[in-house]
Amino acid sequence: MADPVTMTINGREIQAAPGTLVIEAARKNGIEIPSFCYYEGYSLQAACRMCLVEVEKAPKLMVACTLPVAPGMVVHTESQKVKDARKYTLEFLLTNHPLDCPVCDKGGECELQDMVFRYGAGESRFTEEKLHVQEQQWSPVVFYDGPRCILCFRCVRACNEGMGVGALGVVNRGSVSLIAPNHGDHLECDECGQCIDICPVGALTSGTYRYQTRPWEMEHTGTICTHCSNGCKTTLGVRNDKIIRGNNRDRSGINGEFLCVKGRYAFDFYDHPERLQSPMIRVNGKLEPVSWSKALKHVAEKFSEIKARNGKFGVIGSNHTTNEENFYLQKFVRQGLGSNNIDHKRTGDVVTLIDALSGTTGTLATTADLYEGKTFLILGADLAIEQPFLSFQIRASMRHHAAKVFVVTSKEVREDAYAKKSIRKAAGSEIEALEELREALAAESDLVIVFGSSVKGEAVRKLVAFGESLGKPVKYCALVDYSNSRGAVDMGLMAELHPGYHPSETPGMTLPEMLADETLDALWVINENPLEAAGLASDKAFVVVQDLFLTETAQRADVVLPSASAYEKNGTVTNVCGEIQRLQKAVTVMGTKPDLEIIGLIAKEMGLAPAMGPWVSETVYGEIRRSVKGYDIALPLVAMAAQQTAPVNGRVNVADKSALIQGAHETLFTSGTLGRYSKVLNSVIEKRAGMSLAAQEESHV
Amino acid sequence: MTFSPALEARFEKFLAKYPADRKRSALIPMLIYAQDEVGSITDELIQELARRTGTTPMQVTEVVGFYSMLQRKPMGKYHVQICTNISCLLRGGDELWEQACKKTGLGHKQVAADGSFSLEEVECMGACSWAPAMQVNYDFYHGVTPKQLDVLLDSLAAGKKPEEIAEVKKVSC
Repeated sequence: MADPVTMTINGREIQAAPGTLVIEAARKNGIEIPSFCYYEGYSLQAACRMCLVEVEKAPKLMVACTLPVAPGMVVHTESQKVKDARKYTLEFLLTNHPLDCPVCDKGGECELQDMVFRYGAGESRFTEEKLHVQEQQWSPVVFYDGPRCILCFRCVRACNEGMGVGALGVVNRGSVSLIAPNHGDHLECDECGQCIDICPVGALTSGTYRYQTRPWEMEHTGTICTHCSNGCKTTLGVRNDKIIRGNNRDRSGINGEFLCVKGRYAFDFYDHPERLQSPMIRVNGKLEPVSWSKALKHVAEKFSEIKARNGKFGVIGSNHTTNEENFYLQKFVRQGLGSNNIDHKRTGDVVTLIDALSGTTGTLATTADLYEGKTFLILGADLAIEQPFLSFQIRASMRHHAAKVFVVTSKEVREDAYAKKSIRKAAGSEIEALEELREALAAESDLVIVFGSSVKGEAVRKLVAFGESLGKPVKYCALVDYSNSRGAVDMGLMAELHPGYHPSETPGMTLPEMLADETLDALWVINENPLEAAGLASDKAFVVVQDLFLTETAQRADVVLPSASAYEKNGTVTNVCGEIQRLQKAVTVMGTKPDLEIIGLIAKEMGLAPAMGPWVSETVYGEIRRSVKGYDIALPLVAMAAQQTAPVNGRVNVADKSALIQGAHETLFTSGTLGRYSKVLNSVIEKRAGMSLAAQEESHV
Repeated sequence: MTFSPALEARFEKFLAKYPADRKRSALIPMLIYAQDEVGSITDELIQELARRTGTTPMQVTEVVGFYSMLQRKPMGKYHVQICTNISCLLRGGDELWEQACKKTGLGHKQVAADGSFSLEEVECMGACSWAPAMQVNYDFYHGVTPKQLDVLLDSLAAGKKPEEIAEVKKVSC
């Protein structure tokens, strides 16, 4: 890299890399230059004139957001001339902006309000009438109030560049310019709400948050989104024990401020009217509400009785529960119930990947690698739809690092638009395209490969062999589908694997085997809905279901125990890249208990509590640290930032069960059971299209 | 959407001028010539040009909204455009505009019921030296007085061709 440039800002000598913009150089040195249109990471606009600074020997004030640093440059950011200029700029920005802060959602966290407060341009010299246009609703989640818009075009860039959707545009010109949605009077897009978040004023407001509260009246809880496997941090705004909004404006967490529609809005399943709030026991063929103590006692008695007669248990764990819950569950099932029949719905071939990568280090990609990398190969995944944050990272890498993207999928995907090469191959035969790409990939300095559920078993081994043959650093990510799918594998919710990928000496029954077994005595399902798609062969099985809702599986249950969602408990989850992050409890839903507590109480009722240990998530995490390889990371570190777990670095000697893997192919607007009960996800029109964006575009032409 | 062979050939020429990943640069001339043929910028046209230039329909809509000579609705057979920017204003552009409104009974961007005339108050058309300037379709008229305007509009309405109207100074371009 070239030598740094030395310059002076406000009398302080600073250094910055050549090409750095003055606004960035100042900010990095703790000198604030206000701006509306300039936004780190997106293209330059130079529209708002708020960042004017005085540069010595320059005849006029300069725009700091497009001015690169130069050696010997002397800049003043707080001179009277600059302050006056900012004040007048604000006066212009306020020509049409209404001063309706008391009723505006943004009031209290509005950048324009802050600036006017600081520079005091509240009184206007304009006597012209303000332009007014009616407020518009563009989708269930996006409202647009034209007069409030200061035309910084952040939303347009976030949508075009950040999301790759391009649903927003600017129509007309000059002071009558307006932001417009892509379909005349409404939006058809990812409904991610980034435009609302990034809006410095209250022009774009959220359909679910508007008029609910003032920002300072909320408590904020930073936790991890419970939908897909990307593990974005979402900061939940809570007031009166109600979650009012989700966003991540402080840019903490792996995702910065990125959130998709699920992370931002789909927390709303938690107070769905059909949420289970009382345990139920089947009496005379009907589920009747009972007390917790009665329900737990009933389960414990039945389990003890089945265990005593050496009956057959089948336990299905969840893709959404915490690592602590998963670990405690498998420990209770294996040691307490004496059964290895434990499994979960498998959504990606992590096991084969880890086995194939045996003996290597640093070969598992992190979410940061998906931004830092220079070359990406996407196999068998509609990334923008199924793994929105990973796709966002790759798009950012493309903009900032000119990353090259190669795609092998069965159908058109959004990545095609900027891929160096896109190849169509039927699902399951993606790796046939590898040789075709060898030359192009070999010319690059590094590579990150992400592959979907259709690449499994032997194909994963071939893929790794191909990667190794390229002779350059290659990192991999086996895509999984839900918030803790990866954690479920790591924690041994697998018939053939104990926590930390230790092969079981006596592998138990897998999920389909349990459902098909006519002699099964008990089926215990935790936050999963296996009977949605398959039947239960055993008529006599005693079925216990822990869930948020009365799912198809819960309807078949003998005992239903209402469990707490991820937003109602503490613990840790592991995302698709193996990064462990911490959940923090935001609210309480009356009548429910976290799954960890439910499992612990069942153990207690069975007299197994001393053997199982306390059902306190921090204590269980301590045990995970001691016994699961790769998870020896102190909780305070996890609380501060995501930490990548490094699982076993050795062979995983188990029979290939990759045939069980089935991608859920959740779209942006579906999320298993949780999605079914999210009002927002069900209200957006994009859901009906079933939806690849390409298919949508077609339907509109 | 299909266009005349002549326009298709023109499109091809425009698109060939730019590198493959910069086809969007051809958008503005394509829009202008397509408007002449189609009559206005229809939704269908926006979709089609977005497809041909590798942009999104939204981006095409942005361009159409920015440039005042691109019309979302068909204008009259004679689209009368009068400049009221500073030079023309000083030399009677305002009076000319008022006269045009009075004469045609139309306002800014309005079209006569029979589709014969439409009126538009435009920004500078680069004819400041010959102010006040006006434009009818693609013909420029310089130093126009309200009287000349009446003659011009009457003659056009009577079916005369622009070049047959001797009273007003037409400038070909």
